[in-house]
Amino acid sequence: MATIEARRLRKVYGSTVALDGIDLQIEEGRILGLIGPNGAGKSTALNAILGLIPYEGSLSVLGHDPWTQRDQLVRDVSFIADVAVLPRWIRVSQVIDYVAGIHPRFNRAKADAFLAKTSIKRFSRAGELSKGMLAQLHLALIMAIDAKLLVLDEPTLGLDILYRKQFYDSLLNDYFDRTRTIVVTTHQVEEVQNVLTDFMFIHRGRILLESSMEEFESRYAEVLVHPSRLAEARALRPVQERQGFGRSIFLFDNVNRQQLASLGDVRTPGIADLFVASIGAAA
Amino acid sequence: MSEPIRPLYWSLRRELWENRVIYVAPAVVAAVMLISFTVSIVGLPHRRHPLDAPYKTSAAMLILTGVIVSVFYCADALCGERRDRSILFWKSLPVSDLTTVLSKMATPLVTIPLVTFAIVLVTHVYMLELSIPVLIAHGMNPAPVVNAFNPLILLYGLIAISLWFAPVYAYFILMSAWARRHPFIWALVPLIIIGTLERVVFNSRHFGAVLRERIMGFAPNAFVYKPTPPGHIPDVYQLTPDRFLGNPDLWIGLAFAAICIAAAVRLRRNREPI
Repeated sequence: MATIEARRLRKVYGSTVALDGIDLQIEEGRILGLIGPNGAGKSTALNAILGLIPYEGSLSVLGHDPWTQRDQLVRDVSFIADVAVLPRWIRVSQVIDYVAGIHPRFNRAKADAFLAKTSIKRFSRAGELSKGMLAQLHLALIMAIDAKLLVLDEPTLGLDILYRKQFYDSLLNDYFDRTRTIVVTTHQVEEVQNVLTDFMFIHRGRILLESSMEEFESRYAEVLVHPSRLAEARALRPVQERQGFGRSIFLFDNVNRQQLASLGDVRTPGIADLFVASIGAAA
Repeated sequence: MSEPIRPLYWSLRRELWENRVIYVAPAVVAAVMLISFTVSIVGLPHRRHPLDAPYKTSAAMLILTGVIVSVFYCADALCGERRDRSILFWKSLPVSDLTTVLSKMATPLVTIPLVTFAIVLVTHVYMLELSIPVLIAHGMNPAPVVNAFNPLILLYGLIAISLWFAPVYAYFILMSAWARRHPFIWALVPLIIIGTLERVVFNSRHFGAVLRERIMGFAPNAFVYKPTPPGHIPDVYQLTPDRFLGNPDLWIGLAFAAICIAAAVRLRRNREPI
């Protein structure tokens, strides 16, 4: 059974179509990145998956209908919206007591061990912590919950690079164990590229492109084309051509690697570049 | 590793953590009462007022404080968590909307009256300890003040107030789930509109009478009073729980409260941060 399965998932706010009938299937043990510009429908999709909003179409998360069976579902799902949702008045010790008192899958020792590696004081209120420390605190709580699905909506927004890197390192090394599933949305595409197993581009409520990282790496190639081979490169119908480092950089989809190697230096493209190319093609 | 899972208990404690005003406000009122009482003890043997008057005044003030804190607490209960976006954190945890709203309702109904009860008790014990030696030293009989110390009447009164005001609290909680901002003002608007419309259209004042009965009506229903001179706090003569529980207005109010709470649960289900 897939962890998340959606058929013709649709959500309309007034006259705005936030999700325009998307199909998706996410298997256990995957780390999926939902990538798209603001207002593309990423957060709407996550909110539907988390049972926070009603929707049209069919959606099953861990075998539950998120809207009608939210209370059962939420035991097995963890969720970080962004770092600013911990109430400012709560003390570190209180939030741990609280989650330990209400969550059947919370392991206090794990949270304590994680916090011990930080400089967060037990008696501090959330409002007194820096954004980076708040992220660490929230991460300590999430990592101590034995959930089957973790949903992260812009989890590192507003954090400096050190904390962002730590955040994903902790998730990969101490949390992810291939029986869990993680869905993450972020603007910092470059940073999650080597974390993800799959990604999905969302634009105007539709899925533009979905791919596993293996498929992405074998299918797409970026070539720094020699100035003398430009015409030849264009003949191979690149999906994108841009300038960088004084060279023309071409992005190819499904073109033979040996053929490309004769045009210039071949490398793996960034998801961000493919995203820009895809949006350009869709516009 | 496995701690007992008690969502309602922890939700109630959570409300106390967040709303320290629940115990700070009555504590401040009690402190002011005690200071003025301590000062007045000098004149105690020469008082013309009944000796038990300060006990009734302090109890009444602390109960009033509790009711005011309750109303403001309810008006913010489901609005504050949306304003500071913490609703996204609470909703990420396995505590249902029903449990959350019930904990918000139990705070004015149970927690705040218990706090009031404890603080009134402490205040009165302190006042007794202070005044009895003074009275005895002046050859006066401390019986009136000792008799005034009756936690059972206080407890009965607090329970009656909770049940009587339950629809008021529930209504404010509902409005705090609905309003995007200023829930307190939004809660008053429908009351003013209904009252005005009734007056203009039917030239009657039934709605106003219902409101007045709700705000003032618990005491005449729950107690019989001794006649007292004007300006004095009425003296409890008799508890009348049978009359209080037999009043249909009580049960209509509780039914209204249940409807408000059910509506608030549904609203919170659909609510997003503001």
